[in-house]
Amino acid sequence: MSRGSLLLKMELRSNPEMLCVVRNALSELTAKLGFAEPDCRAVVLAVDEALTNIIRHAYLGDAERPIEATFRRIQLSRDGKSGTALEIVLEDRGVTANPKKMCGRALEDVRPGGLGLHFIRECMDTVEFSRRRGRNLLRLVKILGTKAPQKDS
Amino acid sequence: MKIAARHLDKITIFDISGDIDLATSPELRKALLRELRELKMPRVVLNLLAVRYIDSSGVASLVEGLKASRDVGSRLVLFGLNKTVREVLQLSKLVRIFEIYENEEQSVAP
Repeated sequence: MSRGSLLLKMELRSNPEMLCVVRNALSELTAKLGFAEPDCRAVVLAVDEALTNIIRHAYLGDAERPIEATFRRIQLSRDGKSGTALEIVLEDRGVTANPKKMCGRALEDVRPGGLGLHFIRECMDTVEFSRRRGRNLLRLVKILGTKAPQKDS
Repeated sequence: MKIAARHLDKITIFDISGDIDLATSPELRKALLRELRELKMPRVVLNLLAVRYIDSSGVASLVEGLKASRDVGSRLVLFGLNKTVREVLQLSKLVRIFEIYENEEQSVAP
Protein backbone atom coordinates (compact mmCIF):
# COMPACT_ATOMS: atom_id res chain seq x y z
CA MET A 1 0.00 0.00 0.00
CA SER A 2 1.29 3.46 -0.84
CA ARG A 3 2.37 5.78 1.97
CA GLY A 4 2.17 9.24 0.49
CA SER A 5 1.95 12.37 2.55
CA LEU A 6 -0.34 12.22 5.57
CA LEU A 7 -3.01 14.92 5.46
CA LEU A 8 -5.40 13.90 8.20
CA LYS A 9 -6.03 11.01 10.56
CA MET A 10 -9.27 10.56 12.46
CA GLU A 11 -10.16 8.07 15.17
CA LEU A 12 -13.86 7.93 15.80
CA ARG A 13 -16.56 5.76 17.32
CA SER A 14 -19.07 3.97 15.13
CA ASN A 15 -21.75 6.47 16.10
CA PRO A 16 -24.00 7.68 13.26
CA GLU A 17 -24.04 11.12 14.92
CA MET A 18 -20.36 11.46 13.94
CA LEU A 19 -21.00 11.13 10.22
CA CYS A 20 -21.77 14.82 9.79
CA VAL A 21 -18.51 15.72 11.55
CA VAL A 22 -16.51 13.59 9.10
CA ARG A 23 -18.44 15.00 6.13
CA ASN A 24 -17.71 18.58 7.18
CA ALA A 25 -13.99 17.89 7.68
CA LEU A 26 -13.71 16.04 4.39
CA SER A 27 -15.57 18.73 2.52
CA GLU A 28 -12.95 21.25 3.70
CA LEU A 29 -10.05 18.89 2.99
CA THR A 30 -11.09 18.09 -0.58
CA ALA A 31 -11.65 21.78 -1.33
CA LYS A 32 -8.20 22.63 0.07
CA LEU A 33 -6.66 19.94 -2.15
CA GLY A 34 -8.15 21.60 -5.21
CA PHE A 35 -10.85 19.11 -6.17
CA ALA A 36 -13.67 20.55 -8.27
CA GLU A 37 -16.94 20.97 -6.38
CA PRO A 38 -18.67 17.89 -7.90
CA ASP A 39 -15.60 15.79 -6.98
CA CYS A 40 -15.63 17.17 -3.43
CA ARG A 41 -19.27 16.09 -3.11
CA ALA A 42 -18.44 12.70 -4.64
CA VAL A 43 -15.64 12.00 -2.15
CA VAL A 44 -17.78 13.13 0.79
CA LEU A 45 -20.63 10.86 -0.33
CA ALA A 46 -18.34 7.86 -0.86
CA VAL A 47 -16.71 8.15 2.57
CA ASP A 48 -20.07 8.74 4.27
CA GLU A 49 -21.46 5.61 2.60
CA ALA A 50 -18.39 3.58 3.52
CA LEU A 51 -18.65 4.63 7.17
CA THR A 52 -22.37 3.87 7.11
CA ASN A 53 -21.58 0.36 5.84
CA ILE A 54 -19.02 -0.14 8.63
CA ILE A 55 -21.51 0.97 11.28
CA ARG A 56 -24.36 -1.15 9.89
CA HIS A 57 -22.61 -4.26 8.61
CA ALA A 58 -19.21 -4.57 10.32
CA TYR A 59 -20.36 -3.37 13.74
CA LEU A 60 -24.03 -4.32 13.40
CA GLY A 61 -25.17 -0.95 14.73
CA ASP A 62 -22.97 -0.88 17.85
CA ALA A 63 -22.18 2.83 18.27
CA GLU A 64 -19.08 2.43 20.47
CA ARG A 65 -16.63 0.56 18.23
CA PRO A 66 -13.46 2.13 16.78
CA ILE A 67 -13.00 3.34 13.23
CA GLU A 68 -9.78 4.86 11.87
CA ALA A 69 -9.79 7.07 8.83
CA THR A 70 -6.50 8.08 7.21
CA PHE A 71 -6.24 10.61 4.40
CA ARG A 72 -3.07 10.90 2.34
CA ARG A 73 -1.95 12.77 -0.74
CA ILE A 74 -0.33 10.28 -3.11
CA GLN A 75 1.28 10.35 -6.54
CA LEU A 76 -0.15 7.96 -9.10
CA SER A 77 1.03 6.92 -12.53
CA ARG A 78 -1.60 5.97 -15.04
CA ASP A 79 -1.44 5.74 -18.82
CA GLY A 80 2.10 7.13 -18.80
CA LYS A 81 1.03 10.23 -16.87
CA SER A 82 1.56 10.94 -13.22
CA GLY A 83 -0.83 12.87 -11.05
CA THR A 84 -1.93 13.66 -7.55
CA ALA A 85 -4.66 11.74 -5.80
CA LEU A 86 -6.35 11.53 -2.44
CA GLU A 87 -6.05 8.13 -0.79
CA ILE A 88 -8.46 7.29 2.02
CA VAL A 89 -8.10 4.18 4.17
CA LEU A 90 -10.88 3.21 6.56
CA GLU A 91 -10.14 0.54 9.18
CA ASP A 92 -12.53 -1.28 11.47
CA ARG A 93 -12.37 -4.32 13.74
CA GLY A 94 -15.82 -5.62 12.94
CA VAL A 95 -17.30 -8.64 11.23
CA THR A 96 -15.25 -9.78 8.24
CA ALA A 97 -16.36 -8.08 5.08
CA ASN A 98 -17.12 -10.55 2.31
CA PRO A 99 -16.18 -8.97 -1.04
CA LYS A 100 -18.22 -11.60 -2.89
CA LYS A 101 -21.35 -10.33 -1.17
CA MET A 102 -20.41 -6.72 -1.85
CA CYS A 103 -22.05 -6.46 -5.20
CA GLY A 104 -24.72 -3.92 -4.33
CA ARG A 105 -27.92 -4.51 -6.24
CA ALA A 106 -29.39 -4.01 -9.66
CA LEU A 107 -30.44 -0.37 -9.89
CA GLU A 108 -33.59 -1.19 -11.78
CA ASP A 109 -34.72 -3.08 -8.68
CA VAL A 110 -36.66 -0.30 -6.95
CA ARG A 111 -36.43 -1.00 -3.26
CA PRO A 112 -34.88 0.55 -0.19
CA GLY A 113 -31.26 -0.34 0.59
CA GLY A 114 -28.26 -1.65 -1.32
CA LEU A 115 -27.27 1.67 -2.84
CA GLY A 116 -24.28 2.53 -0.68
CA LEU A 117 -21.70 0.40 -2.46
CA HIS A 118 -22.98 1.54 -5.84
CA PHE A 119 -22.45 5.16 -4.75
CA ILE A 120 -18.93 4.41 -3.52
CA ARG A 121 -17.93 2.74 -6.79
CA GLU A 122 -19.45 5.51 -8.89
CA CYS A 123 -17.74 8.25 -6.91
CA MET A 124 -14.21 6.88 -6.51
CA ASP A 125 -11.49 5.81 -8.97
CA THR A 126 -10.28 2.90 -6.84
CA VAL A 127 -12.20 0.81 -4.29
CA GLU A 128 -10.29 -2.04 -2.62
CA PHE A 129 -11.30 -4.23 0.31
CA SER A 130 -8.86 -6.31 2.34
CA ARG A 131 -8.59 -7.99 5.71
CA ARG A 132 -5.39 -7.64 7.75
CA ARG A 133 -4.57 -8.60 11.33
CA GLY A 134 -8.23 -8.87 12.30
CA ARG A 135 -9.18 -5.58 10.67
CA ASN A 136 -11.22 -4.70 7.62
CA LEU A 137 -9.47 -2.19 5.39
CA LEU A 138 -11.20 -0.20 2.72
CA ARG A 139 -8.92 1.80 0.43
CA LEU A 140 -10.48 4.52 -1.68
CA VAL A 141 -8.64 6.69 -4.19
CA LYS A 142 -9.83 9.79 -6.00
CA ILE A 143 -7.56 11.28 -8.64
CA LEU A 144 -7.45 15.06 -8.84
CA GLY A 145 -9.02 16.23 -12.05
CA THR A 146 -10.99 13.10 -12.97
CA LYS A 147 -14.51 13.39 -14.21
CA ALA A 148 -17.38 13.60 -11.76
CA PRO A 149 -19.54 10.45 -11.54
CA GLN A 150 -21.78 9.77 -14.52
CA LYS A 151 -25.34 10.56 -13.61
CA ASP A 152 -28.62 9.62 -15.08
CA SER A 153 -30.30 12.68 -16.59
CA MET B 1 -32.27 17.20 10.49
CA LYS B 2 -35.54 18.86 11.46
CA ILE B 3 -39.01 18.02 10.20
CA ALA B 4 -42.02 20.30 10.59
CA ALA B 5 -45.46 19.32 9.30
CA ARG B 6 -48.05 21.63 7.78
CA HIS B 7 -51.49 20.73 6.52
CA LEU B 8 -53.18 22.23 3.52
CA ASP B 9 -56.62 20.75 2.95
CA LYS B 10 -55.88 17.04 2.39
CA ILE B 11 -52.18 17.55 1.78
CA THR B 12 -49.41 17.16 4.34
CA ILE B 13 -46.31 19.22 3.69
CA PHE B 14 -43.12 18.30 5.51
CA ASP B 15 -40.57 21.10 5.70
CA ILE B 16 -37.27 19.30 6.13
CA SER B 17 -33.95 20.92 6.93
CA GLY B 18 -30.40 19.74 7.57
CA ASP B 19 -28.79 16.42 6.63
CA ILE B 20 -30.62 13.16 5.93
CA ASP B 21 -28.21 10.36 6.78
CA LEU B 22 -27.93 7.16 8.82
CA ALA B 23 -28.50 9.11 12.04
CA THR B 24 -31.58 10.99 10.90
CA SER B 25 -33.29 8.96 8.16
CA PRO B 26 -35.23 6.75 10.65
CA GLU B 27 -37.10 9.87 11.80
CA LEU B 28 -38.00 10.77 8.22
CA ARG B 29 -39.09 7.20 7.50
CA LYS B 30 -41.30 7.14 10.60
CA ALA B 31 -42.94 10.47 9.73
CA LEU B 32 -43.59 9.40 6.13
CA LEU B 33 -45.04 6.01 7.00
CA ARG B 34 -47.28 7.49 9.71
CA GLU B 35 -48.73 10.02 7.30
CA LEU B 36 -49.17 7.53 4.47
CA ARG B 37 -50.02 4.22 6.12
CA GLU B 38 -51.77 5.32 9.31
CA LEU B 39 -53.36 8.67 8.41
CA LYS B 40 -53.75 7.74 4.73
CA MET B 41 -53.20 11.29 3.53
CA PRO B 42 -53.98 11.54 -0.20
CA ARG B 43 -50.83 13.56 -0.85
CA VAL B 44 -47.60 14.01 1.11
CA VAL B 45 -45.23 16.73 -0.08
CA LEU B 46 -41.60 16.93 0.98
CA ASN B 47 -40.09 20.41 0.93
CA LEU B 48 -36.37 19.71 0.52
CA LEU B 49 -35.26 23.33 -0.01
CA ALA B 50 -33.28 23.38 3.25
CA VAL B 51 -31.84 19.86 2.97
CA ARG B 52 -28.07 20.14 2.62
CA TYR B 53 -27.24 16.47 2.17
CA ILE B 54 -28.84 13.08 1.62
CA ASP B 55 -27.18 9.66 1.56
CA SER B 56 -28.34 6.18 0.56
CA SER B 57 -30.20 5.64 3.84
CA GLY B 58 -32.14 8.83 3.14
CA VAL B 59 -32.88 7.69 -0.39
CA ALA B 60 -34.02 4.34 1.04
CA SER B 61 -36.47 6.17 3.32
CA LEU B 62 -37.86 8.07 0.33
CA VAL B 63 -38.23 4.81 -1.62
CA GLU B 64 -40.02 3.25 1.32
CA GLY B 65 -42.33 6.25 1.47
CA LEU B 66 -42.96 6.00 -2.27
CA LYS B 67 -43.84 2.31 -1.95
CA ALA B 68 -46.19 3.07 0.93
CA SER B 69 -47.88 5.81 -1.12
CA ARG B 70 -48.41 3.39 -3.99
CA ASP B 71 -49.80 0.76 -1.59
CA VAL B 72 -52.43 3.13 -0.21
CA GLY B 73 -53.13 4.95 -3.48
CA SER B 74 -51.76 8.34 -2.47
CA ARG B 75 -48.99 10.56 -3.86
CA LEU B 76 -45.53 11.33 -2.52
CA VAL B 77 -44.23 14.55 -4.05
CA LEU B 78 -40.81 16.20 -3.71
CA PHE B 79 -39.76 19.77 -4.42
CA GLY B 80 -36.86 22.11 -3.79
CA LEU B 81 -34.02 19.70 -4.53
CA ASN B 82 -30.64 21.39 -4.42
CA LYS B 83 -27.65 20.29 -6.48
CA THR B 84 -26.37 17.83 -3.87
CA VAL B 85 -29.71 16.11 -3.34
CA ARG B 86 -30.46 15.96 -7.06
CA GLU B 87 -27.02 14.49 -7.78
CA VAL B 88 -27.53 11.70 -5.25
CA LEU B 89 -30.98 10.84 -6.63
CA GLN B 90 -29.58 10.87 -10.16
CA LEU B 91 -26.69 8.66 -9.09
CA SER B 92 -29.17 6.18 -7.63
CA LYS B 93 -30.97 6.13 -11.01
CA LEU B 94 -34.17 6.53 -9.00
CA VAL B 95 -34.81 10.13 -9.91
CA ARG B 96 -37.35 9.15 -12.55
CA ILE B 97 -39.55 7.17 -10.18
CA PHE B 98 -40.25 10.17 -7.97
CA GLU B 99 -42.75 12.95 -8.66
CA ILE B 100 -40.51 16.02 -8.47
CA TYR B 101 -41.46 19.69 -8.88
CA GLU B 102 -39.58 22.95 -8.72
CA ASN B 103 -41.71 24.66 -6.08
CA GLU B 104 -44.51 24.27 -3.55
CA GLU B 105 -47.14 25.84 -5.77
CA GLN B 106 -46.66 23.11 -8.38
CA SER B 107 -46.47 20.42 -5.70
CA VAL B 108 -49.87 21.23 -4.18
CA ALA B 109 -51.65 22.03 -7.44
CA PRO B 110 -54.83 19.98 -8.02
